[in-house]
Order: sequence, then C-alpha cells, then structure tokens
Amino acid sequence: MNITVNGENRSLDPEASLGQLLEMLGLNGKRIAVEVNRDIVPRSDYEHFKLSENDTIEIVNAIGGG
Amino acid sequence: MATPAESVPLTTDNPLVIAGTSYHSRLLVGTGKYKDNEETRQAIEASGAQIITVAIRRSNIGQNPDEPNLLDVIPVDKYTLLPNTAGCYTVEDAVRTCRLARELLDGHKLVKLEVLGDEKTLFPDVTATIEAAEILVKDGFDVMVYTNDDPLIAKRLDDIGCAAVMPLAAPIGSGLGIRNPYNILTIIENANVPILVDAGVGTASDAAIAMELGCDGILMNTAIAAAKNPVLMASAMKKATEAGREAYLAGRMPKKRFASASSPVDGLFF
Repeated sequence: MNITVNGENRSLDPEASLGQLLEMLGLNGKRIAVEVNRDIVPRSDYEHFKLSENDTIEIVNAIGGG
Repeated sequence: MATPAESVPLTTDNPLVIAGTSYHSRLLVGTGKYKDNEETRQAIEASGAQIITVAIRRSNIGQNPDEPNLLDVIPVDKYTLLPNTAGCYTVEDAVRTCRLARELLDGHKLVKLEVLGDEKTLFPDVTATIEAAEILVKDGFDVMVYTNDDPLIAKRLDDIGCAAVMPLAAPIGSGLGIRNPYNILTIIENANVPILVDAGVGTASDAAIAMELGCDGILMNTAIAAAKNPVLMASAMKKATEAGREAYLAGRMPKKRFASASSPVDGLFF
C-alpha cells in the first residue's frame, strides 16, 4: 500500500503497523510524536496501530529553536 | 593583614514560579541558530538557564540517520523543556503543534505559544494568539504566551489563564533592545502572572534593563547564539539578568537634573 510520511510517498506491505513503519525508518525508541491523518497516535499504540492505504503520517521531534 | 570581608548573601530573592514550579534562574534560553549541539550545550550551561525552548519539526526519516539529537544535550530530567509554536501563522497550526509536543514529551503541559502574523516583522497575530491561548488553556496546557508590548492584550492573555505573558522587547532576532520600556512597565504593573520579555534583546545591558523594569524573567535565543562568542555572551546574559534583578530589588536612586556632591561640604579646610 502507498502512504505519505512527512510529505514523502512510501510503499508498505498491506496491513503493516505503525510500529513496523517506525522500525523501517530507524525511529523505534526515538523521542518522536506521530500523527496519522491528523490524529495523534499515543506511543503505547504504535505496535498495534494498523496503517491503511493513503494514510498521511507526520513524525515530529524536537530541534533547536527559540 | 586585612582579610577580605566574607561574602554573605544580601537578600533572598523569591524564586520565579511558573505554573507551580519554582526556578532560581530568571533567564530562559532558546536552542536555535547554534553551530552544533556542543555549542548549544556549552551556551546553555553558561547561561544557567533551567527552562529551554525547542521547536517541533518533522523528523528525519532516514535521509540522515546519524543526525545528532538535540535532546541528548538538554536531557529532559535536567531541564524544563519549553516547546514552542514558532513558524505557526494560524490558530490550528499552533494548537496542533502544542498537542504533538505534549505527546512527544510524555504529557508535558508547558508550552510557548506564538502565533505569528507577518514574515517580515514576525510580530504576533494577537487576535489569533488570544484564540489559540483560550483553546490551549481549556485543554489543560500551561501556556507561556508571546505577545506584543500592548498592555491591553497582555492583560487579556493574563485573564484567560496563561501561565506567563511574554511581551516582545523588539522583533524576534532583531537585537534592537527594549523599544517601549513604558509599555513593558505598564504590563508588569497590571500583571497577575509572571511577565517575561521574550525576543529583541541584543546584549547584556538590554537584559539588565528588562530586569530593572521589574520583569520576572527574560527569554532569548539570537542574542546569545549570534554573538561572536556565544558561550561568553551566555555568561554575560546570566550576570546581566541577575544584576538587573538585584538592582530592581534594591530600588534605584531617584533621577535628578543637577549634581549632588557625594563628599560632605562640612569640614572643608580651605
């Protein structure tokens, strides 16, 4: 299936979970926050959260700023 | 041989209290525009700041896997992080950013709200700021709000229930110093919550002036990060903030137009 992650198109196995996506991106265990289709997904739900075709995912972290 | 007088604390200042937490440092610093994380770390250390602002942005998704993580140099158990809504021009974007920050920092409620109105000045859109502040306060956030140096708007934000109101000294990143000290003074006199000058400070004397006016604290980023020697400037800002605070507590002498001799006139022998 096709999804959009931080504005980029990505291909994933059907039925992939958010946890699998994060692992693929090397973000497992990193301090991040995730939205799927504008809804925040709590960290504790990553493993079980099933992604769907055309999902739009935003993954954010803290960077330098004033 | 004379021994130097022992240094004793002259006064015990109250701590800065924001949303129920006490801080001994009245200087808050940002983490933008530094050369690298090591310089950021050293500048924060030299500033003595306990509250540190960060921005929330898209994560690297594999383009640069070894990118250093800012939170490695500002550990969340050592500092109070203050996620900001920099770059937000709408109520929706600002509220969304705060909610993501809360998730990112495990339910952390303290945020710095800024809703910008114009790219050239980065002045706040005060009507959008008020609207976003109302939503965030209702949603349980402790909102430290960036605003213009307008006493009426500052009071509105105070009344809404913001944890601190932070009028600008001058445009963000301008280093112009306090352009409207009398407005800042009026904002302080009207306040029920801490007032911090946020943005526009350029050098140590600006920080001292803000504190001498009676501000509860100062938030700055560029004044330190864009100095030729950021770590030294961070140290200068720490001292200026403390000096300004002490001068405020001490109560300055009245200004007079003409001279008043410091040495007595009595006992002159000529």
